[in-house]
Amino acid sequence: MIRIPCPNCGPRNSSEFSYFGELGSRPAPDAVDPAHWRHYLYDKKNPAGWTTEKWYHASGCRKFFAIERNTLTNDVKSGRPFGVESSSEESS
Amino acid sequence: MISSRRRPTAMISRLGRQEGELIDRSRRLSFTFNGVEHRGFDGDTIVSALMAEGERIFSRSFKYHRPRSVLSATFHDPGCIVQVGDEPNVRAAHRRLRDGMAVEAQTGWPSLRYDVGAANQLVGRFIGAGFYYKTFIKPQRLWPTYEKVLQRFAAGGRVQASSPHGTYDKRYAHPDVLVAGGGPAGMAAALGAADAGANVILVEEEYELGGHLRFGGSEDLVALRELRDEVGAHAGIEVMTNSVVTGRYDDNWVAVLQRELPQVAERLVKARAKTLVVASGLIERPYVFEGNDLPGVMLSTAARRLVNLYAVKPGQQAVVFAANESGQAAAADLDRVGVEVLKVVDPASGGELVRALGRGQLEQVELGDGSIVDCDLLVTAVGWTAPTLLVNMAGDRPRYDERAARFVPGGALPDTVLATGGIVGDGPLQALVAHGRATGTAAAHRALGRADSIDIPELEPAPHPALFRARTHGIVDYSEDVYSKDLVAAAREGYDSVELLKRYTTATMGPSQGKLETINTVAVLAEATGRSIEETGTTVWRPPYAPISLGALAGRILEPVRYSPMQPWHDSHGAKPIVAGQWIRPEHYGDAAAEVRNVRENVGIIDVSPLGKLDLRGPDVSKLLNFVYVNKWSKLDVGSVRYGVMCGEDGVVIDDGVTGRLAADHYFMSTTSSGAQAVHEWVENWLQTSFPSWQVHVTSMVSAYASINIAGPRSRELLGRLVPDVDLSPESFSYMQVRTGTIAGVPGCHMWRIGFTGELSFEIHVPAGYGLYVWERLMSDGKDLGVGPFGLEAQRVMRLEKGHFIVGQDTDGVTQALSAGLDWLVKLDKEDFAGKPELVWQHERGDGMRLVGLQPSDTHLVPAEASQIVSPSGAIEGRITSSRFSPTIGRSICLGLVSARLAVAGTVVTVKLPDGRHVPATVMEHHAHFDPEGSRLRG
Repeated sequence: MIRIPCPNCGPRNSSEFSYFGELGSRPAPDAVDPAHWRHYLYDKKNPAGWTTEKWYHASGCRKFFAIERNTLTNDVKSGRPFGVESSSEESS
Repeated sequence: MISSRRRPTAMISRLGRQEGELIDRSRRLSFTFNGVEHRGFDGDTIVSALMAEGERIFSRSFKYHRPRSVLSATFHDPGCIVQVGDEPNVRAAHRRLRDGMAVEAQTGWPSLRYDVGAANQLVGRFIGAGFYYKTFIKPQRLWPTYEKVLQRFAAGGRVQASSPHGTYDKRYAHPDVLVAGGGPAGMAAALGAADAGANVILVEEEYELGGHLRFGGSEDLVALRELRDEVGAHAGIEVMTNSVVTGRYDDNWVAVLQRELPQVAERLVKARAKTLVVASGLIERPYVFEGNDLPGVMLSTAARRLVNLYAVKPGQQAVVFAANESGQAAAADLDRVGVEVLKVVDPASGGELVRALGRGQLEQVELGDGSIVDCDLLVTAVGWTAPTLLVNMAGDRPRYDERAARFVPGGALPDTVLATGGIVGDGPLQALVAHGRATGTAAAHRALGRADSIDIPELEPAPHPALFRARTHGIVDYSEDVYSKDLVAAAREGYDSVELLKRYTTATMGPSQGKLETINTVAVLAEATGRSIEETGTTVWRPPYAPISLGALAGRILEPVRYSPMQPWHDSHGAKPIVAGQWIRPEHYGDAAAEVRNVRENVGIIDVSPLGKLDLRGPDVSKLLNFVYVNKWSKLDVGSVRYGVMCGEDGVVIDDGVTGRLAADHYFMSTTSSGAQAVHEWVENWLQTSFPSWQVHVTSMVSAYASINIAGPRSRELLGRLVPDVDLSPESFSYMQVRTGTIAGVPGCHMWRIGFTGELSFEIHVPAGYGLYVWERLMSDGKDLGVGPFGLEAQRVMRLEKGHFIVGQDTDGVTQALSAGLDWLVKLDKEDFAGKPELVWQHERGDGMRLVGLQPSDTHLVPAEASQIVSPSGAIEGRITSSRFSPTIGRSICLGLVSARLAVAGTVVTVKLPDGRHVPATVMEHHAHFDPEGSRLRG
């Protein structure tokens, strides 16, 4: 079992967390066409290598955060909480 | 056909005291084997006790039912798997004898000695490689017969369904260093690590530390005592014996299975080790020659274990085929205890072993010079296998060392995994201990984040002759009865890659999982294909290293079971429990239909404590509600509640419930019981990741409040008797409003006027500690009003009468909001909300299913839920999602999802019942079958 570095609680077993998938950005709902919206809903890059993911510390601090994980090696770079500053880049 | 001679018991007997023996001769134990009384000593294994009493055959082989005896005298000995009481597949060469054990052979019918299946030996050439694939395939109709035959002849013990549940446990451990293997190098590694300040767990598969030192000579035993005493005295080392590391996973997540603990059958230790030291030692491998599975043929370490650990004399006259020191040591041990060693055959000086002869047991050995030696014991020592599972699981691939004629770790380990001992190389005891100590110290430094500047001495595999198969063919896989000639035949058929060969012949796939067999499988394949062993490669070791029971994997059940505060009352009033997610809830109290009638006529109360309850505070709550619900929330007055539906970003309904505004910046949201946690996550997700600037604080109140719904025409009167400070009259407390006040003296209770049942009703949320008290007061104070409890079933009936849908029952994973009949609720003119684009498009398309009320023409026929709705041509047009007989209107009623074109009031659809009958049902104007105007609800 890999460990996830929670920015609040430190490294904990991945069983304490919920995985929320690759980090993406939500298209503006009024301007979007179905193809783009469904790309946001369903299409994942799933790279063989480094990717940025959203995790939720469900059995801990109940905070969402982003980590970078290498899908080949399960190496994980330290978690980063979502904040007011980063919100513009994570959600359009 | 099979020799019926039985050696006199006296011929194989218990020896006098051996220096390193494990048995306590002062403690005699009695047990039975196949119903016959036997005796042994404390410290014996099942097999050593039986051998001391003259027994030699412990099982029959899997395919040809050949008699099998001791081969390796270890846990992984394929011929020593037995049933003990109700426990199948006990490793009898490992398991310690206990007083009163009832041991039975698992194979052999009608008995071990006269096994009719042994006739398979005579037709053996027809049961070669891939025989299952070829023989039992056709004709298909005979499969049930084949299965019965195969089951009778196959190995495997009996599972008794009546056996009591054993106690299994789990533990989480966080050692700095975990050492897998308690031989000399492993003990030294543990000491090196502990001396460097690390917390160490030392795991040993056998019942005591020591590895091969235990069955060595006096010097070995002295060294063993010193190491063992030092380990035992060290506060930094926790020793786990009769325990096995079954696997190493990401980030050194190490699984350790502890066996036979006091009061606990098995315990699975999940250890997060900062560094792992693999000291798994070496496994002696068998030699392939004709007759190599005859009882009386065993490995040199097996003979040494039997003699030195258990004081058992394994035979009278022996031939020893010795390609290494272990063989020489075995010959010396046998000679010392009075076994006549007739010949020590050394391949280095041209000695050759051709075949073993005998009927049912070893009688003669044929050597390369053509001589035949009469004997009852043949000991082979032809080399070693390094069990590389744990280093392989850390990413390392084994490499074939031709000089040493064995696979060794490839040298690609992460910093957190180190190896020492026999798996790395060979050497005198001092060299193994020095390597172990230095490796342990290095492991501690890495674990503790210190500069790693430890000088680890060299430890190289020693040269060893490459001996795999004699000039004759013999057994390669003892568990699966696979001969070397089967492998050659399979290679000729084209199965010439080792992974294919393994699966086709099942070699290495039996209970010992290749620990004894893999290297010979590879060697025979290499020989058959004219390739080198290095070119042929090896199969990958896979976890678990040793079997884990399902009980140990399940361990202690940590899934919570949740009860409401009113559970004691339900228990003492005949509630029939039903499992609802984590909750145990009353389904009914004896008669659900009567409960429905009582609610419709008088008043009933239901425990709805599992409802999701979120306390929402802050200036931006209405923004949040506007976003997560499909309807509008900006104008909700203080004291009012509103119904809302949540959709996912795909427009699919995920939850519904009511939310009330308690104060300007204070809201209270209720969700479905099953969706409570998911909605909490959903709300937090949006707040934290998309709208972090919104000021909303979310707190789950599920277990803070006990919740009761009081429903029925007399509910106002009942609640009014207990509430002094809130005016419940319809003029001041109308439908869809919320008040906070005192109930039965309990302040701070929320009261909502809502009605899932369709009746006048009040849902109250009471501080959980007072839940049972308030429930009992409602029951006692409402006696004259006819108050009674009702359960989930009555609530389901009433909500169906009223046409209220249940998320997940009347909707599924693709039901978008408009399909659920929520056109009236969804506000597409809102700027944004979760799932809005999909609902805009669904509205434009007008397609999809529609939820409708349905009534079968036969008023007493209740179509099973999930019955299909079909077109005249048989195409599926929808399905019944909910159905019940309504006691209120006296007919069957349904909700169903149907194609949009059928969702017109008055349409008669065809319902296909599970038994195939087609019955008509009419689409209704409303979802509600009863009081569609809602006059009772609003009264």
